[in-house]
Amino acid sequence: MRRDLRTIVALMRRGLNEILRVPGGSIPGVLAPTIFMLGLSAAFGRTARLPDFSADDFRTFIVPVGMLQGAGFTGAATGVNLARDIERGWFDRLMLAPAKRPVLLVGVVGSACLRCLLPAGFLLVVAFALGVDWPGVGALALAAVLVMGLAAAAACYATVVALRFRTQQAAPLMQIGALLAILLTTSYVPRELLSNWLGAIADVNPVTLVLEGVRQGFVGDVTWSGTWPALLAIAGLVAAFGALAVRGMRRQGF
Amino acid sequence: MRTASVALARRALRNALRRPQFLAPLVLFPTLFLAVNVGGLERTTALPGFPHVDGFLDFQLAAAITQSLLLGGISAGIAAALDIEGGFFDRLVASPTPRLAIVLGRVLAASVIAAIQVVYFLVLGVIFGASIKGGALGVLYVLAIGTVAGTGFGALGVMIALRARNASTVQGIFPLVFVLLFVSSAFFPANLLSPPADVVAAYNPLSYIAEGMRQPIAFDNALAPVLEGLAAAAGVALAAIGLSVLALHGRLRAT
Repeated sequence: MRRDLRTIVALMRRGLNEILRVPGGSIPGVLAPTIFMLGLSAAFGRTARLPDFSADDFRTFIVPVGMLQGAGFTGAATGVNLARDIERGWFDRLMLAPAKRPVLLVGVVGSACLRCLLPAGFLLVVAFALGVDWPGVGALALAAVLVMGLAAAAACYATVVALRFRTQQAAPLMQIGALLAILLTTSYVPRELLSNWLGAIADVNPVTLVLEGVRQGFVGDVTWSGTWPALLAIAGLVAAFGALAVRGMRRQGF
Repeated sequence: MRTASVALARRALRNALRRPQFLAPLVLFPTLFLAVNVGGLERTTALPGFPHVDGFLDFQLAAAITQSLLLGGISAGIAAALDIEGGFFDRLVASPTPRLAIVLGRVLAASVIAAIQVVYFLVLGVIFGASIKGGALGVLYVLAIGTVAGTGFGALGVMIALRARNASTVQGIFPLVFVLLFVSSAFFPANLLSPPADVVAAYNPLSYIAEGMRQPIAFDNALAPVLEGLAAAAGVALAAIGLSVLALHGRLRAT
């Protein structure tokens, strides 16, 4: 057990080292959610004037989307890094190590959980500086848990793709999967204002529950009835994509 | 020089088709944003001050085309940077190929890809219920503005590649595409943008390019916005080609 833990910590540290070793690769991922938040609120800010819009300010409404985007991009980046390791042969050496496959996966995915706090933190600092209301410590803690959970689910999905295609050229597939899951929700407007087709997708998309969970505190109060579906949805996503990723790891030919 | 430019353009196009994974994001990401913007922000057409359009898709189509063309510019830059990283550029320089053809070949390929991108979005729009109000002439206007703008964005990508000399730096300007678009009237009417985006949008050539294409799609073939769009696109193209040629000379001096 202790040896497993040491392996996980070592892999997580390796993942975190990427931020310092390849800052050029990390910076766009950190900045992108903030750029989206600023850009979307500049372009579509007047949307908040629509009847039935549940927030006073579009920027406040869109901040949780940016946090989840950061998690999605981080998860996708984890898959791209894994694909690079596969291309360079490092992953083959890892597979030869005397460590269980799920332990290796937890190490890889764990680094994504920590890294996703960087774009989310940067986004929040900019948002608060621009006047977004403080949602409270409880709401932020819940948001952190959900954002880390989504990063884990996205990293597991990206791992499945990386193990399947074994090349960095599959990066758009990893990014677009995460982006689709986040945008096909109540990302821009409340459910009542979505068009029929997008509303139907948002209703069955579990990320909608996660987004509404993160949005608590920013828009309205944190309630248990808004929290448990979000926690359940994130647990389901991590379990489902985690199982697929473990299956993919176990199928590696060693 | 014409033969060399065409030969290099054909090579660039063949390479692009051989690596669809680089080509697909040019249309996939803007299509995704188009779908989400239309699905999520459809009701915004009811906002006071929003111009009368049949649907938000009609309004957003020009934004998706502009976004796709900008991504095409990045893709052209990445391809040029990969040529530099892989040593093909040095072999080309060592051969008796006219220097200008090195830039023009890549830019010509970007024009062809831009025309394909414009056609893709027009067909997609029509399939999902948009109507091109300007008819066949309107389609030609959109195609002209889009192709010239795509040529300019391609030349900008080549210029950045010649200066940066590596693909990851060119890839790193991806978020900048969104910054430029968000501070233009591509996604939303200029009069409804929040400050300071509304001020910047008035000077942003992307506003004129997007509105030039939007006019025949969503409204009519009024010449003023179309000509403004064409002039903005041509201005970007000429300036970008000039800058790429300068960057090429700088690169040749350095080697």
